[in-house]
Amino acid sequence: MIEILPDKCDFCGCCVGVCPEDAIELKEAAIRIIDPLCTNCSKCVWACPIEVILFNKNGVKL
Amino acid sequence: MKSEYDIVVVGAGPAGSVAAKYAASQGVSVLVLEKDRDVGYPVRCGEAVSKDRLAEFVEPDKKWICAEVDKFSFIAPNGNEVVLKFDQQGYVLERRIFDYELAKQASEAGAEILTRAYVNGLLFNNDKVTGVKYEYRGEQKEVNAKIVIAADGVESRVGRWAGLKTHVDFRDMECCVQYTVSNIKDINNETCYFYFGKNVAPSGYLWIFPKGNNTANIGLGISGLEGKKKSALSFLNEFMAEHYPDASVLTSIAGGVPCSITLEKISVQGIMLAGDAARQVNPLSGGGIASGMLGGSIAGRIAGESIKMNKPEHIFNYDSEWQDRYGKKHEIYDRIKNGIYDFTDEKFNSIADSFLKVPSDKRTLGKLFTTALINKPSLLIDVAKVFIK
Repeated sequence: MIEILPDKCDFCGCCVGVCPEDAIELKEAAIRIIDPLCTNCSKCVWACPIEVILFNKNGVKL
Repeated sequence: MKSEYDIVVVGAGPAGSVAAKYAASQGVSVLVLEKDRDVGYPVRCGEAVSKDRLAEFVEPDKKWICAEVDKFSFIAPNGNEVVLKFDQQGYVLERRIFDYELAKQASEAGAEILTRAYVNGLLFNNDKVTGVKYEYRGEQKEVNAKIVIAADGVESRVGRWAGLKTHVDFRDMECCVQYTVSNIKDINNETCYFYFGKNVAPSGYLWIFPKGNNTANIGLGISGLEGKKKSALSFLNEFMAEHYPDASVLTSIAGGVPCSITLEKISVQGIMLAGDAARQVNPLSGGGIASGMLGGSIAGRIAGESIKMNKPEHIFNYDSEWQDRYGKKHEIYDRIKNGIYDFTDEKFNSIADSFLKVPSDKRTLGKLFTTALINKPSLLIDVAKVFIK
């Protein structure tokens, strides 16, 4: 499962821009993955300029 | 606050504020919703812009100009430097003051602005967009509008809710990190510096833009494809450690720049997209201030006209007008970008070496790109179209 570390996030929106599923919600200083929409494609993980989005292999969604 | 406006603009960056100004100055009612508490902050931008293109929309003012630049310096991976003086001067801005000023001008033209208003959905009547849902200080609210202008930035979702395919291919997303730093002593205050190479900023570039008084905006962008291997932040920190170990970082921020051609459609029933949200950034330079303001001005003007003529379908003219004014040029810039995207360090070094043999009075941006793309004749025509006058 994709996990965002909110304490380290800059809320820049790079991840939202590349998300093909519209599965990330970004407010001024809050961010969350909309789980039912996320397909674990990992594009947000790669696009994050500051490495605060992780792909947590232990918790892959079924 | 009213429950209905002629036009609601989402986002108070340069594109949104200019759109609001051009619409409101026609006497129609305009509301701007900005998700952050401050207009203009945080600054996610290199802050450099061409003088002429800016002057089309706003009278230059010393309070938001940090430096006036008239030289480019390109630094090849081996450290060789190519400097060109350009006719068209540029500014390095203080964006937090600049954006604020644009918003002020929109409000002086009659637009209302509400900050801390997070738009989280659209209202529809059949297929037509008729307003937005938004959260304001923890409360869910709605406002009706005849036209919504979505200038909600790289993270735009408003267009998606209207059915437009707006997400950016992650290859085209330049993932950026930027510092504002002080104690930078060895840079020229009239020069914008660009560093290239796989160890500095692969599939992108690193910039140093002077902000006066020994301060600078230093940042870099790399393609999302590269970010897969190593993050933008790691690249920037390595550069800083090597080149400016004594610099103090005053601000540090991440950002994304969509470097692609403009979306295929930027207006549908009841909604128009402008700025980064419409992918109006110059895909070669990554510059989006002037082109966002241009997009916003066209969108705002056409939206206002549409209201005054009571012709909803008039907004569809926005697509063709953008295409004529700048869209076609952006397609050329995009082809050039793709032509230089995969250049190796050896290639960058040899371009610099060849260019240094060009007499200094003949060194132009057009000549530089011609040198770079000499083996790709089809792109030389494109270079001629946009760089050679």
